[in-house]
Amino acid sequence: MSLNSPYLRKPTSVTRVMAEVLLALVPAIAVYAWFFGVGILVQIALATATAIAFEAGFLKLRGRPIGRSLADLSAIVTAWLIALAFPSIGPWWLVVAGTAFAIVVAKHLYGGLGQNPFNPAMVAYAVMIVAFPALMSQWPGAGRLDAAAQLDLIFGGARAVDAVTAATPLDSLRTGLRAEGSSVNALLQGDGFGLFAGRGWEWIAVAFLIGGLYLLARRIITWHIPVAYLGSLAALETIASIAAPQSYPGPVFSLFSGAAMIGAFFILTDPVSGATTPRGKLIYAAGAALMTWIIRHFGSFPDGVAFATLLMNLCVPLIDMKTQPPVFGHKTKN
Amino acid sequence: MQRKLFKFNGGVKPATYKTDSTREPIKAVPLPAQLIVPLHQHVGGTPYPLVETGDVVLKGQRIGAADGNVSSAVHAPTSGRVVAVEPRVMAHPSGLTTLSVVIEPDGEERWIDCEPISLRAMSPDQVRDELRDAGVVGLGGAVFPSHLKLKPANGGTDTLVINGAECEPFITCDDLLMRERAEQIIRGAEIMQQLLQARRVLIGIEDNKPEAIAAMQHAVSARAAGSMEVVAVPTRYPAGGAKQLIRVLTGIEVPHGRRSTDYGVQCFNTGTAYAIADVIDRGRPLVSRIVTVAGNVERPGNYEVLFGTPMNHVAALAGIKPGTDRFIMGGPMMGFRMPAYDVPVVKATNCILVGSPELFPPPEPEIGCIRCGECARACPADLQPFELYWYSRAKNFGKAQEYHLFDCIECGCCAYVCPSHIPLVDYFRFSKSEIWARERQKHAADVARDRFEFRNERIEREKREKAEKLAAKTAASRAAASMAAAAAPAGTSDHSEDSKKALIAAAMARAKAQREAIAPQNTEALPPDQQAQIVNADAHRAAIAPADGNIAAQPTEKSPAEG
Repeated sequence: MSLNSPYLRKPTSVTRVMAEVLLALVPAIAVYAWFFGVGILVQIALATATAIAFEAGFLKLRGRPIGRSLADLSAIVTAWLIALAFPSIGPWWLVVAGTAFAIVVAKHLYGGLGQNPFNPAMVAYAVMIVAFPALMSQWPGAGRLDAAAQLDLIFGGARAVDAVTAATPLDSLRTGLRAEGSSVNALLQGDGFGLFAGRGWEWIAVAFLIGGLYLLARRIITWHIPVAYLGSLAALETIASIAAPQSYPGPVFSLFSGAAMIGAFFILTDPVSGATTPRGKLIYAAGAALMTWIIRHFGSFPDGVAFATLLMNLCVPLIDMKTQPPVFGHKTKN
Repeated sequence: MQRKLFKFNGGVKPATYKTDSTREPIKAVPLPAQLIVPLHQHVGGTPYPLVETGDVVLKGQRIGAADGNVSSAVHAPTSGRVVAVEPRVMAHPSGLTTLSVVIEPDGEERWIDCEPISLRAMSPDQVRDELRDAGVVGLGGAVFPSHLKLKPANGGTDTLVINGAECEPFITCDDLLMRERAEQIIRGAEIMQQLLQARRVLIGIEDNKPEAIAAMQHAVSARAAGSMEVVAVPTRYPAGGAKQLIRVLTGIEVPHGRRSTDYGVQCFNTGTAYAIADVIDRGRPLVSRIVTVAGNVERPGNYEVLFGTPMNHVAALAGIKPGTDRFIMGGPMMGFRMPAYDVPVVKATNCILVGSPELFPPPEPEIGCIRCGECARACPADLQPFELYWYSRAKNFGKAQEYHLFDCIECGCCAYVCPSHIPLVDYFRFSKSEIWARERQKHAADVARDRFEFRNERIEREKREKAEKLAAKTAASRAAASMAAAAAPAGTSDHSEDSKKALIAAAMARAKAQREAIAPQNTEALPPDQQAQIVNADAHRAAIAPADGNIAAQPTEKSPAEG
């Protein structure tokens, strides 16, 4: 406890920061539930309960004050991001295992809050998609499944999956493009696509954008990462679609598909694992955009945001070191 | 005309808490029973005392003389009698003592003969010496001797900045001084401008002090000084930091370790300007200052306080409220908790902030840094405090210095905004003091090593010289002997044997004579009866010696058990 100046403190806390992030996620969760049913809410509840249980357990093992650390809400932010990144009709143990892995391995084994070099939610996604690629690729179609069917998929034993699930728009576009003589325009007329991106998914992305703008307005995040990430991704997609209009869907589809929006505002902006200097944030986000673009178009995973984030997390110490802003007065050397 | 202002990065906007203490004019303080005047109240050498216990002093009489040029004099704040010259607790968080002159006032406030100083009759160097001997130091809080800063820079001084920003919450002493005594401040600024030969004077005042700005503008226009301008600067802590204010007014960023004069700028506090005018125009040395009393008091306000007045004597006038748990000297952002309530007001005391747990609650428990970067956005020195925190915590002081630890001005903005409630400034103070301690240690070790090596070298050299001398001597005696042998070729060996024996005998005789020549002991050459007593005593001692030996042996037997 400090007895020295400053004696005045701004009324702020990590709890408040995390609560703002959770609040900013609410519109997207609401839109998600509206289009795709209660599955997402069940997954969020599962992830939250798992995160609290493992966080409390590990705080106890590490001899840390449990109540105070749980109250910072950081574990719940991780849980919600995992639930949003995982398919909402995945079996219950998928999200539970992912969340447990994120809290235990990606967070506490590195030293807990503030010490993790990798984004815990993205670690969970990466581990699970490598371990269970099929389960992690089964997504609901908009309005296709009622609550009972979803609960059965989450908690039930047998999975008659192919009849009721769908690939994500990004996945089906890429699969579609592999067929002979296919074109982007023809594919986008298909059933799973909406006005400018995936049906339903496009509005979730819009809701993430709204939540992100809220975080910007509340000064929880700065503009650097979202602008650099979305800008770079849009630029790459624009160039690609001009060069090969038959094979690339263009910037709007790309920004409003997959995890681009949640990545730009909620995942890459994680301060613990992200770059911190203003110039560093631009480099970090642009790098993540490039990696996303490459993995989306040339990789075999449904989306590239998770791996792009983890790869750029690796570069953060170097980026931060090389982009230290000039200190007061050091610009005017003469 | 609206002057173009510049911005410094970072800064914070805490609630100012200033209005309560500006409602009433500056008030006088009745004389306390004793004034405790520390001799060391400024940056630089400690003045040596000029008075002794029992001396009668007049108000303004010099009681401590500047020790060297980087120092400043200290004066009796009132007339009275010196009752002690002894170490007393300083107005410093350490609670250490410092040599102080304790004066019992006679209540008459008799001044010394004050003679105004004519700037025309004196050379600038003489004026600077006068200011040193009048005890003028920076009253903004840094207490750097002012005479040292009043030399024109080599490249010429372009701008004299008068700092009336007063950005810390609660503090209003400069505000009130500007409202009530603007003319004398302007007069002081003129004197400084003259000494510095500065082209222009910019007076920076935060725009939350409209009354002070109006008063100062009025005073400037009354004197029709075309080169002087009052500038309202945006209210943002720490706009009153010298480097921040210089940046705002002139656009110049003075780096750490450089002086603003290298860039043609010099900066003084308004209180210092006022004090300088007092010295020059009225011949009065610095014996008092304006002090804000605020915080947990009934009637916050400003007082003209004699140096050496115990802080609780002043604070009591404002009505200390119950629940008070500390006095803070300075503001809530950079002030220091005092070790006692009766420490004296000194030249650096701009504010006595009466603290209570309600007003300044203990900070919430520190949790892990989430690298959110709020501190970096708030830092007026453009540092990355969370990186410095990281390296300070790991005691990686080399890295901390690489990340410009010593550019930190300890303004407290980072700790103010930290959502993890990390006392960042404490970490930086810790790192700085560790680095200083290590450098001192390293220096001491270097000195010791140099001394040791020098000693070894000296011993070697002496040995060598001795050996050389001896060799030369032997060579000379050999040469002499061989010469003698050459002179008497017959019976050489017998002759040399004899001469050796004779030499030894002579040396022994010399030694004996020397022994006998040594001064006799006091037991020698005594009368026979005393001699007999001594012999008896010796015999007795010899008789009891074995018993002594047994007693002495006992503790030795015990010792293993003790061990």
